[in-house]
Amino acid sequence: MFARIDQSKRGQDMTRRDVLKLISATGMGLTLGVYLPVSSAAAMDSAMKANGSLEPNAFVRITPDNRVTVIIKHLEMGQGTFTGLATLVAEELDADWSQIVAEPAPADVKRYNNLLWGPMQGTGGSTAIANAYEQMRKAGAAAKMMLVAAAAKQWAVDTGQIAIHQGVVHHKASDKQATFGQLAALAAAMPMPQPEEITLKDPKDFKLIGKQSLPRKDVGKEDGSAIFTQDIQLPGMLTAVITHPPRFGAKLKTVDASQTLAEQGVVDVVTIPDGIAVVAEDFWSAQSARKKLNIEWDESQAFNKSSKELQADYMELAKKPGLVARQDGDTGAALEKASQVLESHYSFPFLAHAAMEPMNCVAKVTQEGCEIWNGEQLQTPDQTNIAQALGIKPEQVKINMLYAGGSFGRRANPMSDYVIEAVLIAKTRPGTPVKLVWTREEDTQGGYYRPMYYHKLRAGLDMDGNPVAWEQRIVGQSILKNTPFEGFLVKDGIDATSVEGASTLPYSIPNIHVDVHNVELPVPVLWLRSVGHTHTAFSTEVFIDELARTAKQDPVAYRMRLLKGHPRLQGVLKLAAEKAGWGSPPPKGRGRGVALQESFSSFAAQVAEVSITEDKEIKVERVVCAIDCGLAINPDIIKAQMEGSIAFGLGPALMSAITFKQGKVVENNFDGYEVLTMDKMPEVEVHIVPSSAPPTGVGEPGVPPIAPAVANALSALTGQRFHQLPLKLS
Amino acid sequence: MPMTLHINGETHQVDADPRTPLLWILRDKLQLTGTKYGCGESFCGACTVHLDGKPVTACRIKLKSAVGKQITTIEGLNSRVGEQVKRSWLELNVAQCGYCQSGQIMAATALLERNPSPADEDINEALEENICRCGTYLRIRQAIKHAAQKLA
Repeated sequence: MFARIDQSKRGQDMTRRDVLKLISATGMGLTLGVYLPVSSAAAMDSAMKANGSLEPNAFVRITPDNRVTVIIKHLEMGQGTFTGLATLVAEELDADWSQIVAEPAPADVKRYNNLLWGPMQGTGGSTAIANAYEQMRKAGAAAKMMLVAAAAKQWAVDTGQIAIHQGVVHHKASDKQATFGQLAALAAAMPMPQPEEITLKDPKDFKLIGKQSLPRKDVGKEDGSAIFTQDIQLPGMLTAVITHPPRFGAKLKTVDASQTLAEQGVVDVVTIPDGIAVVAEDFWSAQSARKKLNIEWDESQAFNKSSKELQADYMELAKKPGLVARQDGDTGAALEKASQVLESHYSFPFLAHAAMEPMNCVAKVTQEGCEIWNGEQLQTPDQTNIAQALGIKPEQVKINMLYAGGSFGRRANPMSDYVIEAVLIAKTRPGTPVKLVWTREEDTQGGYYRPMYYHKLRAGLDMDGNPVAWEQRIVGQSILKNTPFEGFLVKDGIDATSVEGASTLPYSIPNIHVDVHNVELPVPVLWLRSVGHTHTAFSTEVFIDELARTAKQDPVAYRMRLLKGHPRLQGVLKLAAEKAGWGSPPPKGRGRGVALQESFSSFAAQVAEVSITEDKEIKVERVVCAIDCGLAINPDIIKAQMEGSIAFGLGPALMSAITFKQGKVVENNFDGYEVLTMDKMPEVEVHIVPSSAPPTGVGEPGVPPIAPAVANALSALTGQRFHQLPLKLS
Repeated sequence: MPMTLHINGETHQVDADPRTPLLWILRDKLQLTGTKYGCGESFCGACTVHLDGKPVTACRIKLKSAVGKQITTIEGLNSRVGEQVKRSWLELNVAQCGYCQSGQIMAATALLERNPSPADEDINEALEENICRCGTYLRIRQAIKHAAQKLA
């Protein structure tokens, strides 16, 4: 998500000076982003003295119990950010990994801003490591300097003679040593280092960064002790369930709640703009009582189309030119001169995020403001939206960021949908915390889908089979029009999230034209893990494969030639192909296919091997993945993200789809909205390109190549061409 | 009328509608929140617990049918096999978001209790209905085999 903001502010060669400039441009009076604003530094200083702990900046707290707490500004939703950001601090601090504890940061845009997003706190777009790489290292380095200064003072030696190894501060000549905890109180009295005094390690001295496997810091997930929003228990807390309109755009006409209110455990029935909530002492009381609500909806203005009708509408629209997202040369003239013209089209259904933890939020509204407990992905927009809904100030909204049981973009809604629902319900019972729990059915049918898309592509080949023209038309809803993010990512009507991956086609083709039609529908839509690349990688990578096949050229060699000027894409392609044994025949009964994509400043290529079972089902046997994400901070997490991304992408590739019938969503649980299960998980091999480039993200870039790689493998095996997801054998 | 449940070796008196799913008794009445709500229809396995040693989805077990049975949840999983499964999970960094992992671990432990060296097909069959949206399936499989080896 937010790839565009990212691209505009960061290059491959981002220097320290750029980081400084970036931070000062946000105008928050911070020094290097790791220090507290001056006004609260004094308050923090006295707090440090009171409890004997060292808290040199907003990210590190060292306590007398020898614990190093790293404050994590990003949401842990499985991607490993607690571990990743903690690694950066621990590295520069030379801490022992076992003494590190990760703690979620509060909502505070001044201290916990996402440095790639301007003044906004939030998680997404695979930006956590990329934006915080230097920030967190400097936080660790500053703390280390204060510990060294404290030891030097205590032992009356020169700071230059003091070394730290795995959390032990040591003076060799006198053989004196101390733990961080023993030095914390004294260190807190040392002057804070000036930004220019902070030096970072030479990467060759890294002891934790780049090491294979560190135990993760998002703890408690193996024994049930990890607390998610769903698990929050507060004194006097009530639980709410909500019934949304049966069709998007329907309005409540009347509701008779008398039978529901008579049920045991039910406290209230509350009508809010988005639906009707039953508030009860516990979930089951609310859930069983809501079945007795007698609701009449006004569906006169409601969405009433079926997916099939939409498909026909989209195809009709695709006949006309759209808003131009990219124009290189003159495709019309080039197509006329081409010796061969190919055309193809691709259809993509709506997709639900279907995180394992259905949407939920705990809210408490008081005279002083509002407090929420949430798998919080967009602190600043949520604070703004809540403040607006309640008529208070954003700083009156306190946010407790909890682990999220998955998100895949769903918890990063610029409209704050389910959060606002929770707050509006809680508002009716001032002082009482209310936990809003969406059921799986609401989660599946509640909208904010990855939009449905239709792509039409046309290409011209010259005599030698080289592409001379490439035209792509995309039809679908804009994710960000009419949202608070429109200003960032929609320019001249073109939503970057609709066209990314298509408008940025890396292949060297002299004439390229990409345009887009924004469809307006009442179906709410949202980004889903890897966003525009979820569909553009499929259409472009399947089509380029078709061109290669038409030109009777090897798909890897064909791509490699057209990727001039994209050495990192060439690098992952070469690595994946080599490791997959490209060039040698695939095992008997299997087809092999390749696809690649740059997304979120990382580069991924995958080779899939597929077969067809006796029941004529597609079986993905093996996937070889190459990833270039710059310097690899936590190789094991990178590997896990690639494995997970492949599993996530295989859902839409093979089985997942949200379909509408007369305006109603057909699927309502995991029986209808199918996702990948254990038995369908292929073998996965992950290879990380060694790199010293600035680190970039891995949460999303592993998703885009898998569906096209599988489709291309199936085409190689069967000769069939694929024009839609999920893939279906003819 | 209060009913008696045997959970993790302890006895609990619960006063609730006997048709209430065990899942919500565990979560809302007894604060045993390690057992997760994922779908409510026994499709996802996030609420897998052991009933007399067998893996079941707590969302589909009514309170009244749990009476008289030995119930084990993730919080009370302390058998030799269970402890090893948890260690293997940590060693292989299996969990990502972690929300489904209680259920995965309960299903994996039940499998290893009855089949000490499961083949891939056995693992598929036993965990086919335990959905993980983060896609940790490969590591779950590896961790089960790792635990099996350690226990052998």
